[in-house]
Amino acid sequence: MSSFDSLRDPDKCKAVLKLIEEAMQGQTLRFMEVCGTHTVALFRSGVHSLLPKSVVHLTGPGCPVCVTHDSEVAAYLELAKRDDVIIATFGDLMRVPGPGGGSLKKAQAEGARIEVVYSPFDALAVAKNNPGDKIVFLGIGFETTAPTVAATVRLAKEQGLSNFFVMPFHKLVPPALDALLSDPAMAIEGFMLPGHVSAIIGLEPYRPLAEKYGIPAVVAGFEPLDLLQAILLMAEMKRQGKPRVINNYKRVVADEGNPKARAILYEVYKPGDALWRGIGTIPGSGLVMSDAYKPFDAFDALGVELKECKPLPGCRCGEVLKGIMPPNQCPLFAKACTPATPIGPCMVSTEGSCAAYHKYQLDLSPGK
Amino acid sequence: MCLAVPMEVKHIDGDVADVEIGGVRKQIRLDLIADRPQVGEYVIIHAGFAIRTLNKEEAMETIKIFQEGWNLELI
Ligand code: SF4
Repeated sequence: MSSFDSLRDPDKCKAVLKLIEEAMQGQTLRFMEVCGTHTVALFRSGVHSLLPKSVVHLTGPGCPVCVTHDSEVAAYLELAKRDDVIIATFGDLMRVPGPGGGSLKKAQAEGARIEVVYSPFDALAVAKNNPGDKIVFLGIGFETTAPTVAATVRLAKEQGLSNFFVMPFHKLVPPALDALLSDPAMAIEGFMLPGHVSAIIGLEPYRPLAEKYGIPAVVAGFEPLDLLQAILLMAEMKRQGKPRVINNYKRVVADEGNPKARAILYEVYKPGDALWRGIGTIPGSGLVMSDAYKPFDAFDALGVELKECKPLPGCRCGEVLKGIMPPNQCPLFAKACTPATPIGPCMVSTEGSCAAYHKYQLDLSPGK
Repeated sequence: MCLAVPMEVKHIDGDVADVEIGGVRKQIRLDLIADRPQVGEYVIIHAGFAIRTLNKEEAMETIKIFQEGWNLELI
């Protein structure tokens, strides 16, 4: 058996499930997964449906598209209207509905110039090929993505490009977890920590949270046994009253993270406040351009501002992102709001909680 | 954009590498990693940049995740 198959070995999975059941005697575990890929993996692997009732899974704010605030969407849609601007973006943002019902996809149909790129680096080629235009890359994503954008901005500077800009909408995970934990309505009892964000930031940033709130937290991979082991470790730590941060994804995540990526990240950006959809401003949870890279900041250079706007009517994304409401309890879920006709971003992205529930939960319901 | 899967390094030219998995080839950048991969090793890619080098054994443990139907366009 290859080492990979062992991560799916049904006997091993059953054994861990049994250990979870033992560890759960008389206790509850309301754990939140913080990464959209974990949301999907929990459903797709079937792990979600095998867990004892005392283990409650909350979906967290871990999809970068879903946490992009209405004001941020409004700002880039405004920019897309300018004749001299080409928007470069990851495809995930194309269908995210703006406050007025617009989206990049609609803007494109109306003539806006929008390039979907796979890497921020590809946006540099767009800038070089269109010297008379201003190329604005929409910098969404957590600590995994932000270094890739930072490295691209550094290259733009090295290459003397003056028509390449970034709208920094990045969000940082640990301050968001702190904000969620400080909300007494949440009652989170454990965190399944994101695999690839942790590959960059390492374990250190989570440790104060585990201490301050007494929350067990486990960095997890995406295979069935990874998920089950993470749940077992959380349950055991809770039972023993010894909450801490454990790295259970050592094959990809080094305890110290990736210092080189962090150095590049914090050369280009510095921490700032960020707006989170449905949550609001979380201090220190975002990234703004450092002084040396200010000329690449689309807000500064192109005179764009974030304006307050009303949330999408009826959409309960905020409660979904905070784990307070399961997606299928939103009154619009699977009715007005479906992956084909998304009302909120949680239904747009394949990693969004609502889209994941729609794809997996509905298929599991009786009669399907 | 949030998926990060291991791909095999086939060729390296300065800060740029050609990587492949399951017949899908990509050109990626190596700027973000200090531990430069050798040809034949694997890297975890995110948004066109390698974020971690893995040896073959480590890579094999994770690799089938996406052989089972992750959308390659989303990598
Ligand atoms: S089902 Fe649709 S409207 Fe309701 S929270 Fe999810 S994305 Fe928003």
